[in-house]
Amino acid sequence: MTIPGQPSASPEPAAPLLKVEGLVKHFPITKGLLRRQSGAVQAVDGLTFDVRPGETLGVVGESGCGKSTMGRLITRLLEPTAGRIEFEGRDITHLGVAGMRPMRRDVQMIFQDPYSSLNPRHTVGTIVGAPFRLQGITPEGGVKKEVQRLLGLVGLNPEHYNRYPHEFSGGQRQRIGIARALALKPKLVVADEPVSALDVSIQAQVVNLLDDLQEELGLTYVIIAHDLSVIRHVSDRIAVMYLGKIVELADRSPLYTAPLHPYTRALLSAVPVPDPARRARRERILLKGDVPSPISPPSGCRFHTRCWKATEVCAREEPPLLTLRPGHAVACHHPEDGSDSGARGAVT
Amino acid sequence: MTAPLHDTGAAGAAAVDVATDVPGKAIEGRSPWRIAWIRLKRDKVALAGGVVVLLLVLVAAFAPLIVGLLGHPPNEFHEETIDPFFSTPKGSWGGISSDFLFGVEPGNGRDVFSRVVYGARVSLLVAFLSAVVAVVLGTVFGIVAGYFGGWVDAVVSRVMDLLLAFPQLLFIIALVSVVPNSLWGLQGSGVRMAVLIAVIGFFGWPYVGRIVRGQTLSLREREYVEAARSLGAGRGYILFRELLPNLVAPITVYTTLMIPTNVLTEAALSFLGAGVKPPTASWGQMLSKAVTTYEADPMFMIIPGVAIFVTVLAFNLFGDGVRDALDPKGSR
Repeated sequence: MTIPGQPSASPEPAAPLLKVEGLVKHFPITKGLLRRQSGAVQAVDGLTFDVRPGETLGVVGESGCGKSTMGRLITRLLEPTAGRIEFEGRDITHLGVAGMRPMRRDVQMIFQDPYSSLNPRHTVGTIVGAPFRLQGITPEGGVKKEVQRLLGLVGLNPEHYNRYPHEFSGGQRQRIGIARALALKPKLVVADEPVSALDVSIQAQVVNLLDDLQEELGLTYVIIAHDLSVIRHVSDRIAVMYLGKIVELADRSPLYTAPLHPYTRALLSAVPVPDPARRARRERILLKGDVPSPISPPSGCRFHTRCWKATEVCAREEPPLLTLRPGHAVACHHPEDGSDSGARGAVT
Repeated sequence: MTAPLHDTGAAGAAAVDVATDVPGKAIEGRSPWRIAWIRLKRDKVALAGGVVVLLLVLVAAFAPLIVGLLGHPPNEFHEETIDPFFSTPKGSWGGISSDFLFGVEPGNGRDVFSRVVYGARVSLLVAFLSAVVAVVLGTVFGIVAGYFGGWVDAVVSRVMDLLLAFPQLLFIIALVSVVPNSLWGLQGSGVRMAVLIAVIGFFGWPYVGRIVRGQTLSLREREYVEAARSLGAGRGYILFRELLPNLVAPITVYTTLMIPTNVLTEAALSFLGAGVKPPTASWGQMLSKAVTTYEADPMFMIIPGVAIFVTVLAFNLFGDGVRDALDPKGSR
């Protein structure tokens, strides 16, 4: 999903479109009458990454690892606890509703559940036309014409302007959501599990639609998903999250062929293989136990409670996210390429 | 609630075309309201209730015309129709004749038909307007409490609990006895009606408020609210453009079911002497007067009683039908 003439892994990186530094979101847990804070769900705990113009960053991880929270933080639907978000060099970390409004044109979101992301009492025309009304923009040729153009763009019948969401299938509804997100010609689109609520056959259609639209409109995507095959299909770079932290961040092919973090390896080994002959040969890593609670995450490396390579240092020290190879960062004391943290100290 | 009837009446006729999806014709969506109307049309009992409601509203609206055609002025005495010895109406069935359709009032011979027709005015006006007061207050407080949560929700919810625990009948009786004879530019019965509307509405809003709050609590978590926020929508837009259209259905249902309750409350208060002032006609007041004479003249009690019964039943049947029509998961 790379725009021609804009290779994502170019040696001279363009200025990032989105820059995230040390992003933290803790949801407080209150107790009793006085609402004393008794703890916090550490949903996102210190994320640092860039999104370059024209690329697709895929974000994967198990349920509850903070992927969706991350998506809602960078679209500023949630207020970050700490850290910094920069969009095109402008700090948007703590902008209010009014301050964010002009930024909303450039950052848009596609939602997970096409059955809950469209207001059942509004027509498709109202839903897709809402961005123009809210931003006070009158597109060329009027709102109705522009909405019909957008419906055509996402492969829906423009005549269905006056229909209601319940008259469409899940895949069609998701297309309506995509049309709404694209109405203002955004630069960055954050898609939170855009296909996970759809049938597999429809998933491919929607993924390909996103792909085509990126080429046509020069979009930058952050796609959040738990499905590794979808992520592999759409992403240029991939971030693997575990319990609110990025454990590995790399270009697509190195991540899939030579993962450095044990967690990534375990995730990849869980992808179903359609060929029985190959299935018999491959190594399957089964993780023991559940994901620990983000209310009291494990000390040191958060993965050490389920990691088969964990040593005493893992429980004690938190591994930093270090760039081990060009464009391939990992947060692990014992990465899969054999270089140990002692040896790594010299490299970095 | 007759407004939806008129609203969707014209739209319902076009619905047949939609199903067949004629090519070349502009495609019209089937709005949730239109679907509800189609379902309501199939419910004969609810439709019958709706027709009776509509008739009652017309009777109340055109009371002077109807009385002019078929009766006598409501406060005109006809002592010649009264037996001077027993002071009961002459003739059988409470004096029912072609001249006095529902008979005459014992003692003074006022036309019962005219008084029932004018009583419909009082009953429906008080019931409708107090429902409006309750719905407006309940919707505003409920949606605000549900959407903002936190201390706003805590305060509104406690106030609602307080009002629900309040003995409203006693409060109204006490209040009516201290209200002056002219208030807000109104005189006599006008003051009483305004007080009834305000008080019944004020004690009714927590019922609406609780329903709206509960619905809002679940609606605000829908992704379309987040979608609106991600487009830069403010609170006002989300509350009134995104959430309110989804609350109209439960509010409509509750309103149609609240009106009969208000009719009964008004009748009860008039019966107890806290309603409109005589000589203004009201059903509850007629019942209260009939208590002393029902052994000799039962018709004078039966007729206003049936009027209340029919009104309440019609509204309830219609309200039930509206609820079934608007609820896609309904059992029927």
